[in-house]
Amino acid sequence: MSILTWMTFLPLAGMAVILCLPSRAHTLIKQTALAFTLPPLVMGIWLFEHFDRATAAFQYVQRAPWIESYNITYFVGVDGISVSMVLLTVLLCPICILASWGIDKGIKGYFALFLLLDTGMMGVFVSLDFFLFYIFWEVMLLPMYFLIGIWGGPRREYAAIKFFLYTLAGSVLILIAMLVLYFSNEPHTFDMTQLMAQSATYGTAPIIWGLGLQHLLWLALFVGFAIKIPAFPFHTWLPDAHVEAPTAISVILAGVLLKMGTYGILRINYGMLPIATADLAFWFLAALGTWNIIYGALCAMAQTDLKKLVAYSSISHMGYVMLGMAAFTPQGINGAVLQMFNHGTVTAMLFLLVGVIYDRAHHREIEGFGGLAGIMPVYTGVTALAFFAAMGLPGLSAFISEVLVLLGAWQKYPGLTIVAASAVILTAGYMLWTMQRIYLGTPNEKYLGLPEISARELVTLVPLGVIVVVLGVYPHAVLDLINVSLLNLNQMVAAAPAAVASLR
Amino acid sequence: MNLSNLESIAYSGPELILMGAAMLIFLADLVVRSKEHLGSIALFGCAFALLAAVGLRMPFSEKWLIHGLFGWGEGWLYSRMVVVDDFAVFFKIIFCLAAFATIWMSLGSNEVRGVNEGEYYGLVLASTVGMLYMASAANLLMAYLSLEFVSLTSYVLTGYLRHNRRSGEAALKYLIYGGVASGTMIYGMSWIYGAAGSLDYAYINAALAQGTVNPLAIFIAVLLILAGFGYKIASVPFHMWAPDVYTGAPIPVTAFLSVGSKAAGFAILIRLFYPGLSQTVAGGGWQFLGGVEWPQLMLVVCMVTMTLGNFAALNQQNVKRLLAYSSIAHAGYTLMGFVVLNDEGLRAMLFYLVTYYLMNLGAFLVVMVVVNSTGREDIEGFRGLAWRGGAVPAVAMAIFLFSLAGLPPLAGFIGKFYLFAAVVKAQFYMLALVGLANSLVAFYYYARIVRTMFLDMPDGTEGVVTLDAHNACLLYFLALPTIVLGVYWAPVIDLADRSVHFFVG
Repeated sequence: MSILTWMTFLPLAGMAVILCLPSRAHTLIKQTALAFTLPPLVMGIWLFEHFDRATAAFQYVQRAPWIESYNITYFVGVDGISVSMVLLTVLLCPICILASWGIDKGIKGYFALFLLLDTGMMGVFVSLDFFLFYIFWEVMLLPMYFLIGIWGGPRREYAAIKFFLYTLAGSVLILIAMLVLYFSNEPHTFDMTQLMAQSATYGTAPIIWGLGLQHLLWLALFVGFAIKIPAFPFHTWLPDAHVEAPTAISVILAGVLLKMGTYGILRINYGMLPIATADLAFWFLAALGTWNIIYGALCAMAQTDLKKLVAYSSISHMGYVMLGMAAFTPQGINGAVLQMFNHGTVTAMLFLLVGVIYDRAHHREIEGFGGLAGIMPVYTGVTALAFFAAMGLPGLSAFISEVLVLLGAWQKYPGLTIVAASAVILTAGYMLWTMQRIYLGTPNEKYLGLPEISARELVTLVPLGVIVVVLGVYPHAVLDLINVSLLNLNQMVAAAPAAVASLR
Repeated sequence: MNLSNLESIAYSGPELILMGAAMLIFLADLVVRSKEHLGSIALFGCAFALLAAVGLRMPFSEKWLIHGLFGWGEGWLYSRMVVVDDFAVFFKIIFCLAAFATIWMSLGSNEVRGVNEGEYYGLVLASTVGMLYMASAANLLMAYLSLEFVSLTSYVLTGYLRHNRRSGEAALKYLIYGGVASGTMIYGMSWIYGAAGSLDYAYINAALAQGTVNPLAIFIAVLLILAGFGYKIASVPFHMWAPDVYTGAPIPVTAFLSVGSKAAGFAILIRLFYPGLSQTVAGGGWQFLGGVEWPQLMLVVCMVTMTLGNFAALNQQNVKRLLAYSSIAHAGYTLMGFVVLNDEGLRAMLFYLVTYYLMNLGAFLVVMVVVNSTGREDIEGFRGLAWRGGAVPAVAMAIFLFSLAGLPPLAGFIGKFYLFAAVVKAQFYMLALVGLANSLVAFYYYARIVRTMFLDMPDGTEGVVTLDAHNACLLYFLALPTIVLGVYWAPVIDLADRSVHFFVG
């Protein structure tokens, strides 16, 4: 059995164990949840050590028949793109379990659903069968709905249903596109490697508005994934979901779930529909990505709620991913995936930090604090690190990925790159301004007695902080993993139009 | 084969067993004072009928049967009135299962307990016999008789709560509506008889294939017959009875109507329109005969049915009524497999009916559990169900509702997946998009119940919900397959695949 299967289904086994425990055994339930998320982390470290960085082929592959009459298989494996996301997931899950230690109602349900969510996320990144991918993609929705809806803030019901309906609307489009792809192949298959190998065969003859079947499929898939990223104009669920979700769920949402959108585009749109990708990338990825960067930053600047500010900053940062991958240059696409990883760690830190202050003050109004640096110096130090990382300060991880994205995009879209690069000023603006309002100035009388950040909270933050610093100095730790696969993918997209021309 | 009346008896196992059980119940009701075991007789009758139905056609059963006493094979029975083939047997199994679960459910229902139990169980069994013949009818006369038999027994079952005004009103409405529908239908059948010169499906098919029949006559006939069949499956515009009847009838009866009666409607619909009015072409496709483009007509019916059902369900406050509209919408989904005119679509329909059986009966069962404890069937009565002792029914209800909404990894998703696959394969993209948009709308109202059960906290006025062991068993019996079929469904889809096979001589 592949190590990936273990990593995917161990949390599910943990869920089964938790469901059998008595619901009053609170500590035992939490420990069980941790015990089933730590082994995948260890396996992830092993995978990081042993992953063959010299090949673009899928590794640790496992294939088993599932529904033979319909040619559906259980097929998992990782290449450089997915392995980085798998690592991010196994890293964030135990951290989130620790961050959820303070949950005080429905503990059994919370941790059971969290582990189910864990399985869903892992499954999305490792599946190589489109049907399996879709199942995992949808399996994540249900736990997420309940986690936001039961354990969330005051407007949780609205946020939960909005999140669900948006994502479901996207996934039904993915379902249609998946079926069309299935029937376009002879013999019919959901095998992603097969679908990629036959990528040049889907029609480009215009059907409607000058768009061929390939382009329509691309658009359907794009909308499905763009909702998850979230790209403008499908982003409105994100601020609501983030503000209402409990801290750990915000971390998962921003750290892993948003990456699924861009991962899906890279794996499916790029891999299976390269011609349409080449044709449509400018408008739908580059231009929209740049708009995301600016729009997210401007919205973030206007927020009074700290968590909402971080949520909008996510929208802005995910714009870099879209811009980078639209450039089809080695730097651009490498920068994009590195940015996915870095955003996962940095935003996770930001949300954890917001959670720390919310647990103490029970509100998140930026104007409601002041001078926290004197009251909670350690906390302020960690926050400063995270804020600087989010700003893209040199020496920290996000700097490398943003520079790579901009370098890559410059070669293709100089105009957009100038706009995107100047947004860095906006980012610095809202980050520093927030920093000033919350942590500097005269201390607020009300909060003089706030306790300093606890050891448990530090345990959740320090590993992420270390990664942020290390990747800022030595980005090759991740770049080496992803580089070969991405160059191969890039090559495929670049070569597709020529290949079609030769077929004609 | 074409068997005479006497020879046919060996192939009528399920029907005879059910009828025998019904007779036994009526007799026992007369002579025995304690009525407790009447339901058990019915339950065992259904179980044996199920075994007999499985024995009729399953490959493994041939060598176990005592030849001469039980038949194995396919062919015409009772001088070509009735046919037994894979398709019919598939539906017979579904009906027996539906009756089995309904009776099991009735045994735990406070509404049914105590009053005239003998008649009640006898009527459920009799109705099931009618359904078995609906699946097998190979002659318009037989189709009419069996459909009417099911309708008549259903009227009585709907009005079973004699002192409940809603129940009586529902029965009356059902009766009047059904009378009009079946009158229209038999008039349509007379047009077919006039045009084709026979009531036998095979002869009608042959006459149409010759191309000498006036298309207008067939068109009128099809339209009129659809009134009767559409009424059975509750498709627009013959759906109006469903919300009132579903709300008024005792809950087990509602569940039985929504699953058994609807599936029977689909069985009779498919048999008349596919082997009756169409012929096969190469590659698993079908071609309609007689110059009447009924697939186009049904395409519109299908889209309107699901859209109307879903939108009407959005604002319902009564859970039974909401599920009634949802079942109208599901008739629409199921019809998606009907209009594509290929075996793939039929297979998807059969599979969908199996998943629908599990999840819809399950949803009604949870409603019954709540009504048993609190007497409330409005959505507010479900408030905070998970937090006031009803965690198991609440979780089960969530499973059934999400399955109805078509979310993986539950059976309902697989059912929808096959339907959409058939539609996409036939390149009915418009229909696929309408269907998917509908799934989104549907999700909203299913999630409303889930939200009320889990996200809202009880305010203390709802009462405590308890689940007794009897209902719990049935709940697991329905909920576990709903999950398992969402993960591994190969045996059922293979069975459905094999069952898309009609005996046409």
